Amino acid sequence: MKVININSSYNSEFVKEVEEESGQKLNLCYQCGKCTAGCPYTDEYDICVSQIMRLTQAGQKETVLKANSLWLCATCESCTARCPNQIDVARIMDVLRHMARREGYGGTGRVKTFWDSFLSSVKNNGRVFEVGLLVNYISHTGRFWTDIDLGPTMLPKGKIHFKPTEMQGKKEVEKIFMRFKEESAK
Amino acid sequence: MNTSLNYAYYPGCSSTGTSIEYDMSSRAVCAALDIKLNDVPDWSCCGSTPAHTVDHSLSSALSARNLNQVASIGMDSCITPCPSCLANLKTATHRMEDEAFRNKVNKLLDKPADTRVSTKSVLQILVEDYGIENIRKKVVRPLKGLVVGAYYGCILNRPAELMQFDDSEHPMAMDNIMEALGATVVPFPLKVECCGASFGIPRKDVVMRLSGKLLDTAHAIGAKALVTACPLCQMNLDMRQNQINHANGSHHNIPIFYFTQLLGLALGLTEKEMGMNKLCVSPRTLLDAMANEETIKEKAA
Ligand code: SF4
Ligand code: SF4
Repeated sequence: MKVININSSYNSEFVKEVEEESGQKLNLCYQCGKCTAGCPYTDEYDICVSQIMRLTQAGQKETVLKANSLWLCATCESCTARCPNQIDVARIMDVLRHMARREGYGGTGRVKTFWDSFLSSVKNNGRVFEVGLLVNYISHTGRFWTDIDLGPTMLPKGKIHFKPTEMQGKKEVEKIFMRFKEESAK
Repeated sequence: MNTSLNYAYYPGCSSTGTSIEYDMSSRAVCAALDIKLNDVPDWSCCGSTPAHTVDHSLSSALSARNLNQVASIGMDSCITPCPSCLANLKTATHRMEDEAFRNKVNKLLDKPADTRVSTKSVLQILVEDYGIENIRKKVVRPLKGLVVGAYYGCILNRPAELMQFDDSEHPMAMDNIMEALGATVVPFPLKVECCGASFGIPRKDVVMRLSGKLLDTAHAIGAKALVTACPLCQMNLDMRQNQINHANGSHHNIPIFYFTQLLGLALGLTEKEMGMNKLCVSPRTLLDAMANEETIKEKAA
């Protein structure tokens, strides 16, 4: 078991920042473990969600922001729905992900790359263009499409389009992304 | 009956592709029930899960552009079939009540966000505004003989304070509709468990495990089909059912309907209008069995 010297690595700024950004009080968590019990991704996590809560309470910035769990959380809201202290745990996970992104931690990579591909599809087309998204994702990960077997089932259904749907306000959407980039750089 | 139901309609990106049958059936059902839908003009993506994993103001700005589009046609009440769009649009409205946050969002937008628009799901307005009893009266082709379980997925009703609809642990809206349509509803114990969400591409193994569990359970309780209200859930369970069978050594053959498809059939709309041919796991045998029940009944009468 990994032992962490809480006193030497306590980062009070980190605690404050998480509380401010999420609007949640971390010390309300009494480690009942209910969030972890209901989290569908506990089996995949390197640090389960109740431990993320404890480590965050204890100001363990690096350990928390490095956790792969942040990138495997599907925001299913199960933890938030069930926490006996009404902590919006999923929102804390969201905020930790934002911080991890800002600090340059990318987690397991593939999930983050997929989400980035998704967003660049929105940025370029105003809407998600499923085929374009996949091509982008595949080119960034170098992974062969693991769903190639779906082709024969899906193609005749008329659900796959090789051109994005056209929308007028594409530029407006692109501007949202650009302004966001500028604002974040401030 | 309330004949003046009128909403702005936000279809969401998946309606143009993978969940086209959900969009088709939602529109057709509303038309059959005299519920007027006004397409949100030139709608854009709500940002879905990826945007709010990057930043809340970005996610809310993407949603707010659409809320503004709703306001631009003079409407303040919007509906969408997709729970992920629903969650984003609602979260944006809710968070923008906070002035500091709203200002942050407005910095990203061309026009300041209109915060008066409220969003609901198609399911919610069918249950709350139209009413299940009124739906029951419109049934011309009951779903006799169909044994079905209702699967809601994780975000349709959660978090409860935000979604303000049904029960977050034990929702009943779709169970009740299916019962009103004449189907035999078996209580599905994993109603709100996660299907694996958008991990189908980056972490397919996770979806195989989580959605596999849902199909195993459906089979174990004798459900011959599941109804869903979410494009992602439907896609994981339907399009990936073969992959799941391969990965887990199972042999499921369980059609996964959008609840609107079955509702439409019961209202007398055609299979084609409901996009039944768009489903990957063919519902043919089930639909034929239902039709047979009908003819047997007619003959007996
Ligand atoms: S359910 Fe709430 S109180 Fe319990 S461990 Fe999780 S966050 Fe802490
Ligand atoms: S929101 Fe994330 S951490 Fe919470 S239960 Fe769901 S997957 Fe687990």
